[in-house]
Amino acid sequence: MAGLATVFGSGAMTNSIPEIENNDLLFVIGSNTTETHPIIGLRMKKAYRRGAQIIVADPRKIDLVRFSAIWLQHRPGTDVALLNAIMHVLLKEKLIDKQFIADRTEGFDAFKKSIEDITPEKAEKITGVPAKDIVKAALLYGKAKRPAIYYTMGITQHSHGTQNVFSVANLALMTGNLGKESTGVNPLRGQNNVQGATDMGCIPNQYPGYQRVDVPAIRQKFAEAWSTELSPKPGLTATEMVLAAHEGSLKALYIMGENPMISDPDMQHTKKALQSLDFLVVQDIFMTETARLADVVLPSSCFAEKEGTFTNTERRLQKVRRAVTPPGLAREDSSIIMDIAGRLGSEMRYNCMEEVLQEIGGLWPAVAGVTYGRLEEAGLQWPCPTPDHPGTPYLFKGGFPRGKAAFTPVSFEPSKELPDADYPFILTTGRQLFQYHTGSMTRRVPELNEVAPEAYIEIHPDDARELGADDGEMLRVSSRRGSIKLKARISDRPARGLVFIPFHYHEAAANMLTNAELDPVCKIPELKVCAVRVEKETGR
Amino acid sequence: MLHLTINGLRVTVPEGTTILDAARSADIPIPTLCHHPKLTPYGGCRLCIVEVKGINRPVTSCTTPVAADMEVATTTPAIERMRKTILELILSDHPNDCMVCEKAGDCTLQELAYFYGVSDNRFEGERRCYTGKDHNPFIGRDMEKCILCGKCVRVCEEVQGVGAIDIAYRGFNAKICPPFEKDLSCEFCGQCVSVCPTGALTGKAWTQRGRQKDVREIDTTCPYCGCGCSLTLHVRRNEIVRVSSRDDTINEGWLCPKGRFGYTFVHSRDRLKTPLIKEKGVHREASWDEALDLIASRLSKIGKKHGPDAIGGLSSARCTNEENYLFQKFMRAVIGTNNVDHCARL
Ligand code: SF4
Ligand code: SF4
Ligand code: FES
Repeated sequence: MAGLATVFGSGAMTNSIPEIENNDLLFVIGSNTTETHPIIGLRMKKAYRRGAQIIVADPRKIDLVRFSAIWLQHRPGTDVALLNAIMHVLLKEKLIDKQFIADRTEGFDAFKKSIEDITPEKAEKITGVPAKDIVKAALLYGKAKRPAIYYTMGITQHSHGTQNVFSVANLALMTGNLGKESTGVNPLRGQNNVQGATDMGCIPNQYPGYQRVDVPAIRQKFAEAWSTELSPKPGLTATEMVLAAHEGSLKALYIMGENPMISDPDMQHTKKALQSLDFLVVQDIFMTETARLADVVLPSSCFAEKEGTFTNTERRLQKVRRAVTPPGLAREDSSIIMDIAGRLGSEMRYNCMEEVLQEIGGLWPAVAGVTYGRLEEAGLQWPCPTPDHPGTPYLFKGGFPRGKAAFTPVSFEPSKELPDADYPFILTTGRQLFQYHTGSMTRRVPELNEVAPEAYIEIHPDDARELGADDGEMLRVSSRRGSIKLKARISDRPARGLVFIPFHYHEAAANMLTNAELDPVCKIPELKVCAVRVEKETGR
Repeated sequence: MLHLTINGLRVTVPEGTTILDAARSADIPIPTLCHHPKLTPYGGCRLCIVEVKGINRPVTSCTTPVAADMEVATTTPAIERMRKTILELILSDHPNDCMVCEKAGDCTLQELAYFYGVSDNRFEGERRCYTGKDHNPFIGRDMEKCILCGKCVRVCEEVQGVGAIDIAYRGFNAKICPPFEKDLSCEFCGQCVSVCPTGALTGKAWTQRGRQKDVREIDTTCPYCGCGCSLTLHVRRNEIVRVSSRDDTINEGWLCPKGRFGYTFVHSRDRLKTPLIKEKGVHREASWDEALDLIASRLSKIGKKHGPDAIGGLSSARCTNEENYLFQKFMRAVIGTNNVDHCARL
């Protein structure tokens, strides 16, 4: 979430889940919320029943469209053009918050210039959304009292994902919809503890609490706390590590609970890269596709076998408790790490996980007030700096951490790979309700597998007719990087020319096809848009 | 604000409050079967009847709003007789097989029969007999145990927004089912299971795994998506036998199919149980000491030869905060590199 951090000095959901039901307008862009975040989806439906209006912007007719006042079916990868045109209308209709812009933001004038030309008519050509719908959506958002924006990977998984996030932030800033209850900019994080992993500094340029490794005073603080020298050089991101492994500059990789073979774009490339390492350690609960390649595999514990905390998408720390003991010789990840550290001559000793949390609180004030005792009662949302602080449901009440929040002019850039004569379809990938991420957990739950047993490709009825393909028929889908076979699911959810594949299935891994092209700032691969060819699988 | 008395006790509530909610706010119990605080009132079971002075018929407290200076009695011999009769009528068309019912011990109907002492039945007669089974993988639907309280229909419509089931037919044949009595095919969130007051709706995976006896309940947080729903794991003999959720947390007791039914991976036979070391292309079992010694020696050799930045670490969004903290501290303070990331970008 580098984009948001640049604008606000902090990158997380600005508001909280319970506040959703008091939104009078929800702008849901690039998030199939009811399938990827079902319980947040329920709050959205609750808001709807209480009279809120919903704008859905999504290339697919997702379930939430049933509840929407307006559905903007923009072409994949054209979010910036759509948002800029919406902001253009807001500017023209004077639906902006001048006071807020003057007091709490900077860079408005340059930003204003940047959107002057982008009329709804121009945006219609790029996005395929009728100009009048763009105007209608803008007026809905502009006139609402408590509008909030929600988005997920639909926004960030593009080579220009950071730009998309800037654009969303611009929209909230110009209308003053930040620092207030039931408004805000709300990225919905995909996995249970992605927020926590980022908060805890599992990012190459930041220590826990978003403190930069290249700032000497900060490095000094951590070096003292950990009584050691620390490297000032920002490290490599996950995707860069794979590239470095491929080139040979990265020699060893230690992977804890990840399965990049399935989740990374361009699977062939990932496999080659991991195979060229001198040494690969994988610590996991299952023999994943990645673990198969490892020199050493370590059996670890799952969520039900350990003590600790998870932080959900609204910054809420909640308790994880041990309910059963791990199978066989499997051990907790924490004790494995401490043990390896010990063998390398560095003592990392903690008697219990709460001591770890205390150490974190000493280095990152936003969680200094969180204790296991307090979490017994209920979760706490950071910032929670002191033992009597109630936690923070919504951010920026009194201002932005970096002082003034900056507008960032963003111009539309087409996706890196667009359809052409050889590869005429746009492929987007994503999740579905009954499976989860790379499937290593859900695919081992027989009931979930029974209702969602295999990969499929969603294709528009007209496109299917042209191919002469029936529902359930085997199709071959190829991109410039690879080719997979899977069943057709004929549906009017995607627009014509667009196909969708869920990415949970290793035997028909969508990421054989996708593009490893990276966003230059965030280094998120372009998983949402690539060009493919779809054919009937003959000889079957 | 309105004042009323309930069983002689003075109670003050905001306008629009029902008699049932007023009583509950004063900790006065009234039995209910079809009422759920998060669903629209239904008034179907009539168990919540009370006497109101000046009205000569008992009223259903779950649907009747408080009026100023109302005098309410929640328990009188006449009311209790009626409640017992209602229960007898329900039980006259109920399998009464609590011995093998998944819901035993946590069943509202069983509990009410117990408190009202309903055992042998004056109304013994014809019983509904449904032989058809629903073959969906998640939810057992034993409609002979259904008391037609309609909670499942309401939760599916009002909370889940799906409307997969409804009441079909009338009178004795009335029945809750999906359209055309097909097998249930829906989002399988199990919200309906969580509100069912009897054993009519249960999780198929629960069957004969354990009910109340020797079962511990442990509150924790869901391992799947970023919503962070709270889960209560029901554990018997070191095995998770079902999952439920408290209604006073962020998810208000509602879950999705992964959170509610996706727990069996924990006990999957595929779980890794011992460290493995690859030799000549195949993994063989190893002891912890052997595996960890190997890791330490390889990492320190590679670090010495190529520098710490030749080593990288990927941590997991599935691990806890504490584990993630320790992992990045290990990479930074022990290995000496900032090459540490997780897959949020993906
Ligand atoms: S499982 Fe959920 S969607 Fe299906 S019938 Fe029950 S409440 Fe409705
Ligand atoms: S129960 Fe479902 S919605 Fe809730 S955290 Fe788990 S996966 Fe997410
Ligand atoms: S609870 Fe009032 S009628 Fe059922």
